[in-house]
Amino acid sequence: MKELICIVCPRGCHLKVDEEREFAVTGNACARGQEYGRMELQNPVRVLTSIVEIKGAQGRCCPVKTDKPIPKKEIFRAMEALRGLTLQAPVMTGDVVYRDICGTGASWRATKDMS
Amino acid sequence: MRTEYDVVVVGGGPAGLAAACSAKEAGAKEVLVIERDKEAGGILNQCIHNGFGLHYFKEELTGPEYAGRFIKKAVELGVTILLDTMVLSVEGHKVTACNAQDGLLVFTGGAVVLAMGCRERTRGAVAIPGDRPAGILTAGTAQRYINMEGWMVGRRVVILGSGDIGLIMARRMTLEGAKVLACIELMPYCNGLNRNIVQCLEDYGIPLYLSHTITNVEGLHRVERITAAKVGPDRKPILGTELYFDCDTLLLSVGLIPENELTKEAGIPLDAVTKGAVVYENMETGRDGVFSCGNVVHVHDLVDFVTAESERAGAAAAAYAKGKSSQEGGKTIYIQGEDPVTYTVPQAIRMGHVTGQVEISFRVNRSFKDSEIQVRDKEKLLCRFSRSHMAPGEMEHITIPKVLLDRAVGEEIKVKAVEKEAKA
Amino acid sequence: MYDVLIIGCGVVGAAAAYELSKYNLSVCVCERYNDVANGCTKANTAILHAGFDCPVGSLEARLNLRGIELAEEICQKLDVERVSMPTFIIAYDNPHELEYIQELYERGRANGVKGLRIVDREEALRLEPGLNPDIKAALYAPGSAIVNPWEYCIAMAETAVKNGAQVKLDSEVVSLEKKDGYFRVSTSSGVCEARFVVNAAGGWSAQVYEMVGGTGLTQTNFAGQYYILDKNQGEKIHSIVFPCPDEHGFKGICVTPTVHGNLLVGPDCYEAADGDHVGTDPATLESLKEAGLRSVPGIDFSQIIHEYAGVRPNTQIPDFVIGQAPECPGFINLAGIKSPGLSSAPAIAEELKKILEGCGLVFEKKEQFTDSRSRIVFRRLSDREKKEAIRANPLYGRIICRCETVTEGEIVEAIHRPIVPRTIDGVKRRCNAGMGRCQGGFCGPRVHEILARELGVDPQEILMDEQGTFILTSPIKEEAAYENGI
Repeated sequence: MKELICIVCPRGCHLKVDEEREFAVTGNACARGQEYGRMELQNPVRVLTSIVEIKGAQGRCCPVKTDKPIPKKEIFRAMEALRGLTLQAPVMTGDVVYRDICGTGASWRATKDMS
Repeated sequence: MRTEYDVVVVGGGPAGLAAACSAKEAGAKEVLVIERDKEAGGILNQCIHNGFGLHYFKEELTGPEYAGRFIKKAVELGVTILLDTMVLSVEGHKVTACNAQDGLLVFTGGAVVLAMGCRERTRGAVAIPGDRPAGILTAGTAQRYINMEGWMVGRRVVILGSGDIGLIMARRMTLEGAKVLACIELMPYCNGLNRNIVQCLEDYGIPLYLSHTITNVEGLHRVERITAAKVGPDRKPILGTELYFDCDTLLLSVGLIPENELTKEAGIPLDAVTKGAVVYENMETGRDGVFSCGNVVHVHDLVDFVTAESERAGAAAAAYAKGKSSQEGGKTIYIQGEDPVTYTVPQAIRMGHVTGQVEISFRVNRSFKDSEIQVRDKEKLLCRFSRSHMAPGEMEHITIPKVLLDRAVGEEIKVKAVEKEAKA
Repeated sequence: MYDVLIIGCGVVGAAAAYELSKYNLSVCVCERYNDVANGCTKANTAILHAGFDCPVGSLEARLNLRGIELAEEICQKLDVERVSMPTFIIAYDNPHELEYIQELYERGRANGVKGLRIVDREEALRLEPGLNPDIKAALYAPGSAIVNPWEYCIAMAETAVKNGAQVKLDSEVVSLEKKDGYFRVSTSSGVCEARFVVNAAGGWSAQVYEMVGGTGLTQTNFAGQYYILDKNQGEKIHSIVFPCPDEHGFKGICVTPTVHGNLLVGPDCYEAADGDHVGTDPATLESLKEAGLRSVPGIDFSQIIHEYAGVRPNTQIPDFVIGQAPECPGFINLAGIKSPGLSSAPAIAEELKKILEGCGLVFEKKEQFTDSRSRIVFRRLSDREKKEAIRANPLYGRIICRCETVTEGEIVEAIHRPIVPRTIDGVKRRCNAGMGRCQGGFCGPRVHEILARELGVDPQEILMDEQGTFILTSPIKEEAAYENGI
């Protein structure tokens, strides 16, 4: 039995996950919590956010996020993928900035309209 | 340029945008938002992390995405947004502002909404002893430098205070290559959300020192070393418990203060605890037709609740501007928070304005497991709400139906929480 | 070859340069920091003292009185914030304190201070309702004022530069050599030559004196800590309030408004290791609160916005040390200028002129001397003036510091003055941006950007204050950003 704090929403439910019973989750208030509890012990994943330099826009940095949660162990490699990247305005929210991060199938996408 | 509006909103962050949109939707014809920055969205623009919008949009958005949706909505609804413009004063319904293009501007609103947000407490306000080198920044200032300007502000970092921005910046700086050595919190509990302890500190092995404080800052020109120590129940450092950190940066996340200088100068009564305006059930302040919402009223943890509160304020401002709000009648009930409840928003309810229910937000001063929130009229219990968990870092909300409020005999009701099982 | 080289551009060096720039002389000021007003001048109590507590017959007494007279005129001409404000030395019901204010009264009269009175409790409270009602009597001195100390120094230095003097920043004097009747002055930025050298090195005067073989002067710097409170506390009193000294003779914690409308509480007094860096400590700060509340019970200490420490450049000699060095003709000491140094500065400059005349330097008035200075301070303007200012220069319509209502126009103007501020704190001292309750949290990055833009330098070169106080460590996602070398 492992105790976790759920991070899918600000409520922060105190979960209990039973490794011996196919990762059964208790203490969750919603289905997403159940999913989180199960994943967190087997293959923890996170959504990452960062910024990328942009030219020709009002701001100097374009915020980006991974469009899917990526495995925790890939976090620093995913960050590394953005190094040396420069965007050219205009960029719209949702535009792909970097495709298929470290073979995860997730992409870095812009989270702001920049022109 | 038009100078008369149905509703003038001071501040184009999440609170101001939501108030403006909802004023439009409630029938206000001309709505103006005055924003000091070059773009609307306020602090959300630098909050590039995700976790916004789960309550409001039922999906997880980043700060810029959340702001982007409201900016788009405001533009579609025909809200006028005046950017790069600073409000200098609010007198009654007259709002004086200035900008580079138009010079000094004077607007009048049928109603005015104050949505100026909050600012961070600084080193001076918390009196951190020691040298005064460079490298000491509030977490929000660091966030602006990193996320908006693209500059790193340190390589080895200690964070004082466990507010959410501090936790978020611990992760953010780690991801961008810095080493975050510790997060130090004076209180015996974390001020940020539990999820942020997990995903910002624990994920990256950053230690959180509760009941600790900084006792010295050393550095001739740039921060070189920080000394922290454990504190006793009196929150004074205990000799012999010192920890030393060789670092070049100290980030402060030691609380937020509603930015109420305009409110004060306008002569609007403030609440000593929230440091925001005293408001009625529809977010109207002590001044007729002047409303206030968001972090300028009380500091929120979640933007979703700022939005909800601001939508109420915006709709009420629109109604006031149309002359619908002036019907009085019914008594005024004052709400008193009783230990462990430190304050409530609103602070008073005008029963004549209440249609279905009233939403009350508040905070508690310590952590609780299974507990009960009680609303009492003198000694009579009007209603109660059970909570499995409450903490100072998490704002609580209750919704009281009008029928229950009607049962209050006196002019004051009390909100308190009773612990079934107290936690330290 | 300069006629006169002044070491140090604090308020004393600036006043000296300002005075000498009125004459046909070539004058240079060497300052070790990257800005003027960066030593004692930036961290003190910001008071122009009435002059009653200087020892009778001392240089201090004479120069203080003359200094505050000159200051009134200079502040007006050079657009420096100065507000006349009485001083109260409050005494509680004990013979020691009541005797003390009587003694001060007599000393003040002997010094020639006008308007001094001993007032009883009722009158004191009528004149200053913010005082502790438990007092028994007070010494009332109407001749004092509060001033913006760094603006005062900057204004005099800038005016000197406008009139032909040179100010060399980042120029720490490392050695002095006298031969063939002139001085070779080696500084961190190069060598200068001068006929006369003036030592206005503040907390380092003794060290500079030693460079010419001077002996008998020992620097015994005393530090003190201060609190600055938000503007909502600045209205708590309208006077400068001191308690009676303690048994060690220390003046006591002062409570005073500042010209910016804040409230200042401090300083205490303890020996400092060097004249440079001093920090604050919790026990001292706590004692300031106690002392402040005793004098003015209405202070709300939850409104603190800033703490700092300053150094008084004392020497073992109780008075100012002013005069030509006996060991080295042509070398003039303006040393040991502790309190009331700020009050005395322009009178010290007059004194310097007399000494130089005595040494044979010829003073001939310049035909053209610019003796005025003005700047736009947006928050002080009327609505009409604001409109006009923005019309003339749209940058005055963009507010950068919201706590103090400072515009981009003011910041840009300050950056292009005769002495260029290259740091965030340099801009803060000139325009007040970052001085308010958010302490630059909001405007800091914006001032940073404006500085880099106006100076045409990389943002990484912009410092917070003196050399070494860098703010940015690298661009994001560059190798240098990685502590762990990922």
